[in-house]
Amino acid sequence: MKILFFKRAIEDFRNNRLLNVVTLLTVSLSILIVSAFILFFINTNEIMNFWKKGLRIMAYLRADVLGSEMADLRNQFQTMSGVEQVTFISKEDALKQLKEQMKRQASLFDNLVENPLPDAFEIRMSAATQSWEKIEFLAAQIESLDEVEEVEYGQKWLGRFTQIFELFTFTGYAMCTIFFMAAVFIMANTIRLVIYSRRDEIEIMRLVGAAERFIKIPFYIQGLLQGALGAGIGLSVLFVAFLFMATNIERGRFSGFFNVQFLSPLILGAIVLTSMLVGWLGSYLSLKQFLKD
Amino acid sequence: MIDADDKSSIIRMFHVHHNYGTQKALIDITLDILKNDFVFITGPSGAGKTTLLKLLYLAEAVVEGQVLIDGMNLSRVPRKRIPLLRRKFGIIFQDYKLIANRSVFDNVSLVLEAAGKKRRLIQKKVRSVLRLVGMEDRQTALPLSLSGGEQQRIAVARAIVGDPKIILADEPTGSLDDDSAGIVMDLLRGVHIRGTTVIIATHDKDLIRKTGGRVLYLKEGRLEASSFIEKDYEDSIL
Repeated sequence: MKILFFKRAIEDFRNNRLLNVVTLLTVSLSILIVSAFILFFINTNEIMNFWKKGLRIMAYLRADVLGSEMADLRNQFQTMSGVEQVTFISKEDALKQLKEQMKRQASLFDNLVENPLPDAFEIRMSAATQSWEKIEFLAAQIESLDEVEEVEYGQKWLGRFTQIFELFTFTGYAMCTIFFMAAVFIMANTIRLVIYSRRDEIEIMRLVGAAERFIKIPFYIQGLLQGALGAGIGLSVLFVAFLFMATNIERGRFSGFFNVQFLSPLILGAIVLTSMLVGWLGSYLSLKQFLKD
Repeated sequence: MIDADDKSSIIRMFHVHHNYGTQKALIDITLDILKNDFVFITGPSGAGKTTLLKLLYLAEAVVEGQVLIDGMNLSRVPRKRIPLLRRKFGIIFQDYKLIANRSVFDNVSLVLEAAGKKRRLIQKKVRSVLRLVGMEDRQTALPLSLSGGEQQRIAVARAIVGDPKIILADEPTGSLDDDSAGIVMDLLRGVHIRGTTVIIATHDKDLIRKTGGRVLYLKEGRLEASSFIEKDYEDSIL
């Protein structure tokens, strides 16, 4: 019986080629757009994490802080929630580093009477603290200490970028939901067209005593197959586009900064299953209405 | 109330009314059809012949009155059991109602597939029925490549392949020439001889005269007369 249902689903697909191809293309396109969004998020997230890893808070100390207070201050930083590593950078070390970095302009330092740089602590955060709100909260905590003159925590633009990314994520979720609903709607309607074009056949089946299950199952199989095939086509197109872009990125100016990655097998599986669900749901909804009529 | 245990009746209708909107299609129909009867339902166009058949195979719901098929009260048949009830019937239509994009074999096998029969049995049964209707060599053909008479023979094959208790035929020879009509009627006679109840709705008086059988005459939705006509005999009912 199962073989019969599969045979009928495939025969139906062949007999209504045009409508089924339209459905297939619709699903492929929806899957392509949704998975392109997912791919974008995954890679952007990866870039954000890469940048966040280099993020640290610099606490510049007041000039009158005594050397004996340093150990106590370090302890205070280390006990703060989310702090992973605290490194003291004396003003001498800082000047040395600056001279190293500015070798070509070394003459600038010749006329320095005294070291203008302050003593500082470099504070690195644990992975869990790397959301922008937590970093800001920690920086404010550090700045409130009397010994601290000024706090600098990396590139302000990263904060803005994080906010934009969050907005993108929100928009992405909304877009994915809309595309999911659109795919179900379009699929339900194209399947309804297929069913409508075969209404006589369905009527004949009912008259010869076919149970609703017998009529419905091949359509469900067809919906599931369309979902799987549509996902396969959409993801294949995305993979080809990804290969092309990844090659360009690796050759270009971002080479070595981060690895562009494709969707993991788990996500690929989830997309295929979701697409099959969309196919089934499309068949289910249109059949439910059609057979009720 | 109807006595459901009456063994000699296969179909009983009791004070059945049916309307299409405000138009009355059947008015107070009460009748008995016995097992292995050969029945013609006749009358002018719009008399209610097709509606009566539709009530039997539940294409129309029984709203007023009662209809018993083989002891089953149609008013009480749950939706899920309608397919089972329909398998008691083999239905033949004037326009054949064959699935255009399926082969002759597939059209006939559909009934057995729907009943969940095994593949080997389906093959054997369909071949045997196609042989009976003289269409064995056309089993791979598509219906539209066949003549009207041949298509109706396939429809007969589809109607009898599931060994139904009752054959319902709605104007089965309405669009056929005399020779093809003769073949189809011979087939139905053959099925009847093997024990099946055959009910034919037709307005073709010649067909009834040539075949003979029990005749139910409908007029404007009412059952006006019931009579038995011998083959080739004239009757005032016609």
